[in-house]
Amino acid sequence: MTEKSPVNWAQIEAKPAFQALLGRKARFIISSTLFFVAYYFALPVLVGYFPDLMKKEVLGRLNLAYLFALSQFFMAWALAWIYTRKAAQWDKEAAEVVQGH
Amino acid sequence: MTIAVWMFLAFVVATLGITIWAAKKNTSAGAYFAAGRSITGWQNGLAVAGDYMSAASFLGISGMIAFFGYDGFMYSVGWLVAYLTVLIVVAEPLRNAGKYTMADLLAYRLTPRPVRAMASLSTITVSTFYMVAQMIGAGTLVKLLLQDLPWISTEAAIIGVGVLMVVYVVFGGMLATTWVQIIKAILLMTGTIFLSVLVMKNFDFSFGKFFDAIANLTYTDAKTKAEVTRNFLEPGMKFGAEVTKGWGPLDLISLGLALVFGTAGLPHILVRFYTVPDAKTARVSVVWAMVIIGTFYILTTFLGFGAATILKPHNIPTDNMAAPQLAATLGGPVFFAFISAVAFATILAVVAGLTISASASFAHDFYTNVLHHGKEHRPGEEVRVARITAFVVGAVSIFLAIKLQNVNVAFLVGLAFAVAASANLPVIVLSIFWKKFSTTGAVAGLAVGLLSSIVLIMLSPSIMGIDPADLPAAKRHLIQADAIFPLTNPGILSIPLGFLAAIVGSLLKREPEAEAKFTELKVRAHTGLGAEKATAH
Repeated sequence: MTEKSPVNWAQIEAKPAFQALLGRKARFIISSTLFFVAYYFALPVLVGYFPDLMKKEVLGRLNLAYLFALSQFFMAWALAWIYTRKAAQWDKEAAEVVQGH
Repeated sequence: MTIAVWMFLAFVVATLGITIWAAKKNTSAGAYFAAGRSITGWQNGLAVAGDYMSAASFLGISGMIAFFGYDGFMYSVGWLVAYLTVLIVVAEPLRNAGKYTMADLLAYRLTPRPVRAMASLSTITVSTFYMVAQMIGAGTLVKLLLQDLPWISTEAAIIGVGVLMVVYVVFGGMLATTWVQIIKAILLMTGTIFLSVLVMKNFDFSFGKFFDAIANLTYTDAKTKAEVTRNFLEPGMKFGAEVTKGWGPLDLISLGLALVFGTAGLPHILVRFYTVPDAKTARVSVVWAMVIIGTFYILTTFLGFGAATILKPHNIPTDNMAAPQLAATLGGPVFFAFISAVAFATILAVVAGLTISASASFAHDFYTNVLHHGKEHRPGEEVRVARITAFVVGAVSIFLAIKLQNVNVAFLVGLAFAVAASANLPVIVLSIFWKKFSTTGAVAGLAVGLLSSIVLIMLSPSIMGIDPADLPAAKRHLIQADAIFPLTNPGILSIPLGFLAAIVGSLLKREPEAEAKFTELKVRAHTGLGAEKATAH
């Protein structure tokens, strides 16, 4: 699928700026993925194995189980927002790295 | 009830109009398969949402909450969280390195023919499973919603849905499919928001009153026929350890794994990211999709708990009827008709997306690249093959859906997600992030992920079980014997197997050329250099 292109990929890859960008990206992707996977699976684990704790009512009739499930939506939106801001910065750095290629 | 038919016909006329408009723009393969890569961020966000929120989400989850309270709501959470995987891990590298299909990303640095053949098999398997489930759903819905119009049979509904989806895809390509999905997403959100407001109006717009009613729900239990009062906000009514012989919590975790890792491997979702101009727009579109999908699933609180408190579970005939019946009670016959028409529009948008991703994969991956070594013999051949494939896919799906309409196929959607998570996702992730990933690894990962999902589902309580003799055929287990694998969702075992096979395969047979080409893929995936450009209109 790849057309022959004059781009010198190895030269770009070797640039310190590209390596630094990749390192930052990898750290963010790995840590945020670990975070949301842990946060999400805490829900079925807590609800499944500690139901009595999760049935505790904390806000009117709303219990921990419902509030924790609801919080997942806001966690997802917040993380998406943080990612978008980080990614906008990476876009700029990537544009600098490939400038002239 | 004829109002519902008229509303649905209005939707059909509007979408056929769009198909005619789109057909005029389909002048090249890029236009046909990827809508000229000219879809904007918010448009693609709506289309992703429209592609994703099936009738199972809309009717199924509302019903699950109406009958099982909190457990139904918890079930809905994973459908949004899954988009974090799409956003953070998959969407942008895929857009930067691919062209029309998921396999483009894999073939970038691996030996194209074996990888594309396996990826195409996996794509077509996932799409077909999902599609047959959706089309049988359409047939069932017709029976439920149009009871006073007996001249519309289940078969007629299945054939109607099948023919329409083929027309959209064959003539309108990706552009028409996209707009069908956008309109459906808008209709679905309008209906859901309006129904939620009606529910809250019923409780004088007081959350206190609403949640009090949910926490003290008195109704007639279906099994014991006794009047009971339950707190529907408490977990455990469906997945609790007592209800499920101890396997419920683990099964729910396994389902969560399939959702969180499977969504980013669903071919019909992945191809949507080729329809936008660049990776940045792909990112924006995932965020839009997350806003819409998240709002929708939060609103299932009002739909599901609203149905439970206002209608009472014993007055709802089946789970799929909870939302439509709530609409009838609160909004009258016209709103019921609107919600019914939305349910059909929902199915149509999803099956159109599945059809185009399956036919793109067959034409682009299998026909052009596997059979013809990446060369088109005549200009326009690839698009022509895709159109013929869409026609065949439509015919096969109609046939299967009619044949299987009285068979218990509830496992098909779960199977589609399990295959996507166990076969597709491991190879996508390893191909982007792991230098030593090789062709052998990709083929092994795809094959093991696909096979282990199918075999484990065959051995699971979804297919195996002993039923009482008087159970209707549509609810009977396909194999009358005790289940060998205890979970209905195989993800917890099949996803690690898929990853393991891909890693072991890569280590057993190294591929220096693929490792050398990783440099190129890395630069391309992370900078967008050399990515497919939008075609000017």
